[in-house]
Amino acid sequence: MSSSPEAGLPPLQSPSSNSGLLEVFRRRYLLRLLVRSTVDARYQGTFLGWFWSYLQPFVRFLLFYFIFQVMIGRGGVPGSPRYVENFAIHLFAGMVLVHFFTETFNGGTRSLVSNRSLIVKLSMPRELFPVAHMLVALWHTGPMVVILTIATLILGWSPDPVGLAAGLLGFLLIGVLGLALALIFSVANVFFRDFGKVVQTLTQFVTFSVPMIYPYTFVEQRFGAAADYYLLNPVAVAVLLIQRCFWTGSTSDPAETAATHLPPNLFPLGGIMLAVSLVLLVLAQIWFTKLERRVPERL
Amino acid sequence: MSRYIEVENATKSFTMQYHRSIKQQLVARMRGQKTHDRFNAVEDVSFTVDSGESVGVMGLNGSGKSTLLKLISGVMRPESGTVLTRGRVAGLIATGAGFQPQLNGRENLWLNAAILGMSEAETRRKFDEIVAFADIGKFLDTPVIYYSSGMKARLGFAVAINVDADVFIADEALAVGDRPFKRKCKARMREIRQNGTTIFFVSHAPSAVRQLCDRVLVLEKGRLGFDGPVDEGIHYLHYDDAEDGDDDEGLGDD
Repeated sequence: MSSSPEAGLPPLQSPSSNSGLLEVFRRRYLLRLLVRSTVDARYQGTFLGWFWSYLQPFVRFLLFYFIFQVMIGRGGVPGSPRYVENFAIHLFAGMVLVHFFTETFNGGTRSLVSNRSLIVKLSMPRELFPVAHMLVALWHTGPMVVILTIATLILGWSPDPVGLAAGLLGFLLIGVLGLALALIFSVANVFFRDFGKVVQTLTQFVTFSVPMIYPYTFVEQRFGAAADYYLLNPVAVAVLLIQRCFWTGSTSDPAETAATHLPPNLFPLGGIMLAVSLVLLVLAQIWFTKLERRVPERL
Repeated sequence: MSRYIEVENATKSFTMQYHRSIKQQLVARMRGQKTHDRFNAVEDVSFTVDSGESVGVMGLNGSGKSTLLKLISGVMRPESGTVLTRGRVAGLIATGAGFQPQLNGRENLWLNAAILGMSEAETRRKFDEIVAFADIGKFLDTPVIYYSSGMKARLGFAVAINVDADVFIADEALAVGDRPFKRKCKARMREIRQNGTTIFFVSHAPSAVRQLCDRVLVLEKGRLGFDGPVDEGIHYLHYDDAEDGDDDEGLGDD
């Protein structure tokens, strides 16, 4: 074939996209619309509209606060060895990240199955759906962060750069980790829907396996050296990071609180966990690419 | 002539799972029954389509037409052989897929256009044209959940048919809307063809294929049984035996 009539034409190539998360980035306009329409659709037809996105976490916060602080007395009284200052903040700061994680993991895992109608008919990077779920989950943490910020400011929080860095690292860690897990499980869920159930079960543990309804100090007191194993859980590390951001700063002596209630090597630990999560993300992408080609026929 | 579709010895096989749960699988295995089976939905198919050609794909149910279309649109990849296309492959597939029922027509129009591969600028440029084509009036600002099925189809169709494609593909579903809308679709399809767009059209309706295509591929159990002029292809399939006009699905008689 002569090449002259083809000058200026797009190349002859495979019609199926194959560059994974990079392709998602290339189609970020579509990603943006998918995220926005999911967010918009959630409160359509409600009278209170977006107000719900503030109301729901706030009510959840009150519920937890009432049960753990008021009823069980988890926060303790000043002076007692089990006293946790501003326990409500401690609780809610943890909830922000736990919510982000479980939404990403749960929703992302279901995302391929729930977008079946698109996936079996149109060629698009399928990583798009877990990524969109992660971003929607991140969007929904927005109101929680606003509530948290207002509450801590009222209690006299003055943001410090180290704390903010810790908070950002916590969010980044959860985002990368959640996305990696969502990629792995979303494609597995196509082949066996059991994986969706597995994830639902796993995420139930998350609430209790992070220092949120109890401070990290309790783990140390109870388990001693074994507390190091507790810190192998990246979600727990992320929650400690966000505690460093909001909670310690809201207490009367932030430095003292951080020294007492947080592990000393929090930042290196967070960095390692982030690196591990990034490696996991690469592995997840490889796994996803491998299984993805049989997704349309198995959905 | 430049090639727009190049399919070479493409084979796509599917695994049929007879049993899904572990209990069923164990029982079947103990009884010595097969737990799964593989079959080739598309088997060793080769052909090329040049620019401006309009190809109809015909065949009985289960002959592999839809699978072939999915190979060309890039939804599936062949197990062996190659499928290559040039430029944007789009058209009347999955019209209205991805509609968010809670959102209104306008929002869904933007979303659907993006899903079909249109950029923001392209959508803005075509917005009025699409709205005019859909012709759903003030329902544009009503949530899609309240649309009649016809209206929903029109909106999905209007977006899909206005995507600029280098290879325009269509799968049956030309039978939407009322007669005036069908006529409009037909005119638009003709326009696309006259613009020199390569068309790849899957259909059961001989009249539609006659009107739109200048070449026919007939699939038989996944293999390419015929490749040639339209009338001969229809004859090959014996679809011309009793053409009593009941095939007004699609772009047919009008």
